Amino acid sequence: MSITADTTVIGGIAAKFRTCPATGLQVDLAAERLIKANAVAAIVFLAIGGLFGLLVALTRWPAVHLLSSDMFYLVLTAHGLDVLLVWIIFFEMAVLYFASAIILNCRLAAPRIGWLGFALMLVGALLTNVTVLQGDASVMFTSYVPMQAPPNFYLGLILFAVGALLGCFIFLGTLVIAKEEKTYEGSIPLVTFGALTACIIAVFTIASGAIILIPTWLWSLGYISHIDTVMYKLVWWAMGHSSQQINMAAQVAIWYAIPAMLLGAKPLSEKVSRSAFLMYILFLQLASAHHMLVEPGISSEWKVFNTSYAIYLAVLGSMIHGMSIPGAIEAAQRRNGFTNGVFEWLRRAPWGNPAFAGMFLSLVLFGFLGGISGVVLGTEQINIMLHNTLYVPGHFHATVVAGTTLAFMAITYLLVPLIFQREIIWPRLAKWQPYLFGLGAAGISLFMMGAGTLGVSRRHWDITFSDAALSFDYPPAAFLMLGLNGLSGILAAIGGGLFVVIIVASVLFGKKVDASNVVAALGPTPQKQMSDTVSTYGSAGTFHLPGTYILVSIFFTAFVLYYFVNWKYLSELWQLG
Amino acid sequence: MAKAKSETTTAAEQPQRIPAMQRLLDNHFLLLFIGVVVPTVLYLLWGVMELSQIPIAE
Amino acid sequence: MALTSPESKVWWNEPVGRAELTWIAIAFLWGVFMFSMMVWWHLEGNQNLSNEVYRVSPAKFEAKVEAFTEKYKVREEADIPVAKPEPGADVYMLSRLWEWWPILELKKGQTYRLHLSSMDWQHGFSLQPVNINIQVHPNLEHVITLTPTQTGEFSVVCNEFCGVGHHTMVGRIHVVD
Ligand SMILES: [Cu+2]
Repeated sequence: MSITADTTVIGGIAAKFRTCPATGLQVDLAAERLIKANAVAAIVFLAIGGLFGLLVALTRWPAVHLLSSDMFYLVLTAHGLDVLLVWIIFFEMAVLYFASAIILNCRLAAPRIGWLGFALMLVGALLTNVTVLQGDASVMFTSYVPMQAPPNFYLGLILFAVGALLGCFIFLGTLVIAKEEKTYEGSIPLVTFGALTACIIAVFTIASGAIILIPTWLWSLGYISHIDTVMYKLVWWAMGHSSQQINMAAQVAIWYAIPAMLLGAKPLSEKVSRSAFLMYILFLQLASAHHMLVEPGISSEWKVFNTSYAIYLAVLGSMIHGMSIPGAIEAAQRRNGFTNGVFEWLRRAPWGNPAFAGMFLSLVLFGFLGGISGVVLGTEQINIMLHNTLYVPGHFHATVVAGTTLAFMAITYLLVPLIFQREIIWPRLAKWQPYLFGLGAAGISLFMMGAGTLGVSRRHWDITFSDAALSFDYPPAAFLMLGLNGLSGILAAIGGGLFVVIIVASVLFGKKVDASNVVAALGPTPQKQMSDTVSTYGSAGTFHLPGTYILVSIFFTAFVLYYFVNWKYLSELWQLG
Repeated sequence: MAKAKSETTTAAEQPQRIPAMQRLLDNHFLLLFIGVVVPTVLYLLWGVMELSQIPIAE
Repeated sequence: MALTSPESKVWWNEPVGRAELTWIAIAFLWGVFMFSMMVWWHLEGNQNLSNEVYRVSPAKFEAKVEAFTEKYKVREEADIPVAKPEPGADVYMLSRLWEWWPILELKKGQTYRLHLSSMDWQHGFSLQPVNINIQVHPNLEHVITLTPTQTGEFSVVCNEFCGVGHHTMVGRIHVVD
């Protein structure tokens, strides 16, 4: 059967395909349309949620203090919803469809259900947004009971979650079809396996969300009289934190995918990388306990076990990826001929390609800022010093903004030519975008973590306490931190705005991509000097990866030092227990 | 499509022992099952159990 | 390549490089160490959150706090009573929209059993500038064993969002010699 066929009939079901000019793979047009729709919705909500974020940062900046208190809490609620949930999950739907139908060269299972899911997510996201903007639902993203929002706030979230669950089922269904129709041989590709990990975590996340949000919705309607406050938090965080673990798995899959596309990188070891994902599947969700460490009513045994992801086995998974990914890049670059010294492979990496730059910055910022701070923050006793301070948003802006969002931006630079079939407009501007955004996001994380270390509360409109009966002043350094946070917020907003504008303009006005320009459309890649067919897996013949060993050693040293510094601070605290 | 099919039949004809761990990692629905059960038991059920055992104040 | 199926059919048996194995071993041991650190701190450390918790109705807790305040009241500050309990006593503080009540005066180096609960929504007990942060729930009485190690005027900031007056919710603990 010719790969240029427009319509392929498999098992009695007709699907329309086009042939990808870059890979020769068949691209299911139904999957392609769904990827486009979800990616576009994601980017729209990124723009909205990002703008809200800028307003939050400018209000926290004491010298600017932009919004009134009512507006601040409203905007902060909307910011959390739109970026932590809506942007991320819409984009993850696109990733799931791409990692199944496109990478597996297969038709997408039940595209109509995919559209139903998309519609539910869109209606849900809009409903919750409208409810928040009407002003009676400034309950924060977490909506802790007994604080109550109007029923539509919860209903919107439920619809959104159901839509996302349909997307997960389609992903799993596509895996089944691909296996039955033998569109791949042996095991699924590593990137698809990472997406499977994300999908599995998503199923747990959404189920937990349903378990807690449906009763809360009924409570808001008046059908249920009481919801236990700790129980709510326990189950809510099984959704709220696990949803960020979906990001983790999805972004690691992207970290593997981009070097594979641009450099021909291969995993050093399929066995090691997949086992690391298995650690995620088993234990990553347990870290929902990070939000329960200073709650009354749950034992220290539960806290220590769950907050450590079962003796840090999921952290082990991340540390493995943290070596495998730069290792795969180093091995590929050395195969490509960049063998001089320890770091030629890194120096001569395609830093001018926004997909590569975004991916690598995301990896480094996530590891150094997000990963280390997450483990420290999630240490049961150390959490007493940091719970609900600005350290918490500082940490998760390193993971979700500098990590996930930057990784999603990076892969978008490849999705535009491959899926939207358009060239990136203004490549010179695009080249700078990941650096601007990465720098801004890193600043936001660092300065909020700094302010949090000084005790500054999160979700707080006025750190001068000007209307309080009893006065209190945070240390002056905290004000400096929040000023710098405001500046970083502006930088990130410029970087984020640039991304939205470049992508929207490219999709609308970019030059059409076909076989003649598809390789160039992926952005600059290093000149390949050797064929990569000599080895069947990444590390064969290049077991020695000195650059990666040095990077990993620097990371580990930083991790250990920062960990002990925090224990020292803790030991100076008033005695408890 | 057709080409891929014929290749796998020949590969399947020569039985190759696939290690148990690889079979686990290739069994997507088993992974889904354990990925949902493990956190449900260790995080949710254990947590709910503790919350249900809080004594009443005097 | 990460975007294609593994080339070898039985990839589980492919060798793993020695450096990778070393890193896995280091990362695993570091995880065991970090886990043990939390356990060890429970045995030997001085900063562990108490697990003593009771279910209590807001009205009942309020009555206890009022009886405590009446018994130990020594003065008022900004119209808020200041309670000065004897060392080792059970000490009460309630949170409600938008105050911490009453003000406490404690002695340095003495150990107190501090009872915390909320009358309405969740609040965050954030002792500043010490930086001890504990979540406070309605219907739960959390008994924390606390030993101040510094003297001075300390503030209790609410760090759980509790509505429009959240940022005005400040309480006070004095520690004297
Ligand atoms: Cu409060």
